[in-house]
Amino acid sequence: MLLQVRDIHTYYGLSHILFGVSLEVDKGECVCLVGRNGAGKTTTLKSIIGLAPPKRGVVAWRGQPINGRAPHWIAQQGIGFVPEERAIFPNLTVWENLDVARKPSTTGEVRWTVERIYDLFPRLKERSNQLGGTLSGGEQQMLTIARTLMGNPELVLLDEPSEGLAPLIVELIGELVAQIKAEGMTILLSEQNLRFALRLSERAYIIDDGKIQFSGTTQELQNNPELVEKYLAVH
Amino acid sequence: MPQIPIESVLIQVLNGLSSGMIFFIVASGLSLIFGVMRVINFAHGSLYMLGAFLATAVGAWVAEKNLGFFVALLIAPLVVAFVGVVLEFTLFKRIYNKEHLLQLLLTYGLTLILADVVRIIWGGEILRLSLPEFLAGATRIMGRRVANYNLALLVVGPLIAFGLWFLLQRTRWGRIIRASVANPEIVSALGINTQWVFTGVFALGCWLAGLGGMLISGRASVSLGMDVEIIVQAFAVVVIGGLGSFTGALVGSVIIGVTVAIGTLYAPSTAQIIPFAIMALVLILRPWGLFGKPER
Repeated sequence: MLLQVRDIHTYYGLSHILFGVSLEVDKGECVCLVGRNGAGKTTTLKSIIGLAPPKRGVVAWRGQPINGRAPHWIAQQGIGFVPEERAIFPNLTVWENLDVARKPSTTGEVRWTVERIYDLFPRLKERSNQLGGTLSGGEQQMLTIARTLMGNPELVLLDEPSEGLAPLIVELIGELVAQIKAEGMTILLSEQNLRFALRLSERAYIIDDGKIQFSGTTQELQNNPELVEKYLAVH
Repeated sequence: MPQIPIESVLIQVLNGLSSGMIFFIVASGLSLIFGVMRVINFAHGSLYMLGAFLATAVGAWVAEKNLGFFVALLIAPLVVAFVGVVLEFTLFKRIYNKEHLLQLLLTYGLTLILADVVRIIWGGEILRLSLPEFLAGATRIMGRRVANYNLALLVVGPLIAFGLWFLLQRTRWGRIIRASVANPEIVSALGINTQWVFTGVFALGCWLAGLGGMLISGRASVSLGMDVEIIVQAFAVVVIGGLGSFTGALVGSVIIGVTVAIGTLYAPSTAQIIPFAIMALVLILRPWGLFGKPER
């Protein structure tokens, strides 16, 4: 198992956010973590990358515990984190945003170069010398994903890539994620947009109130409308 | 207002620009440290003073004045940068995310401590760094003598400005620094140890303070109290230019250097008020400075 999260409890200051979250991601899988706003999706990803270290429980990477390590150390082990939209560096150009994130994989390989990124994201190539802050929401989302790829990770933690984007752009981002997946990338995708998430993933977890409420294949989730109604429908 | 020939005014502009270069070197360090770590370092002036005293000590130790100046130029700012790294590691990194009041207490406390350290090592003596022959003389410009040293500062200032610009805009290290200004958390999640970025930036900021002090020691006497004098000037510069802005530090320094120099010609007793008058004006009209951005 590439990534194992076992019974983690995470706090922001005094508020208890995650109550014993457990999940697993195997090599080559695309697994989604779906849930409503405030359910604990972002906190789970931040617990893995070390930006919100869990107080209890274990995050294991290739069987070794990594919880409690600094984010830069965890990133260097091959985990890439794509934060929610607009976490690009607005004062840097598109090319500079990519260059800052450049690093070889743990095995010294460089699969993702600026040239390959520009092949996959022609929009970013056109905007290469533009400041990140001047990009549209969709372009910023592409840049955030592309920037993380520049670190040649083995696993990408993708935090709500569809959030706040127009339907056409969501479609486009979905195609891009599918292409990255087709390259053999392992992905843990956090989403509110169930349709978007299920189309890309083989397995799904539902998170609500900081607890995992369901774990199974996307097929099982789709065949269970009560679950969707209870944990994901917006009232 | 006294009648002053235009040549005198132009020469005074030259002298003012050369003072401005030293303000720029010191203020850019202050601004850089604030821009990246969000810490207003009151002790920046103390590090400048330390650089000046170290420079005179190194100059006296080498004893040969042509060589002594350049050895001091090399060593004094580096020693100050090293002192900065030690301070960063032991003290500053604990206060990066704390409120400004705590930062103020720590850095103000440091100014008192560093002033006493300088007093203990060098006593209350007034010192000066001897200049190499080619810098000690004067050149005639428009019939008036201008110190060669001031002319040299007019070359050194833009060189430092270019060097900093190049470092920040054209190197990967500079890109990482600018990214850290925007979002240090994300920089660390991309696999970069931001602690080292911070230590490096702090060292560079302190090196600039030390360099400013070293350069002034060849032009004016070095004595206790120069720490407070420069920190007040440097603050005026960054308030006018905009805290955290590199261009702002350059423009603010030139404005202060030149206006004070010209003011000295017309109203010597009140010229020192000029920086603060300009500062007050900027604070009223554009509180974030000429080139700064409003605080988030």
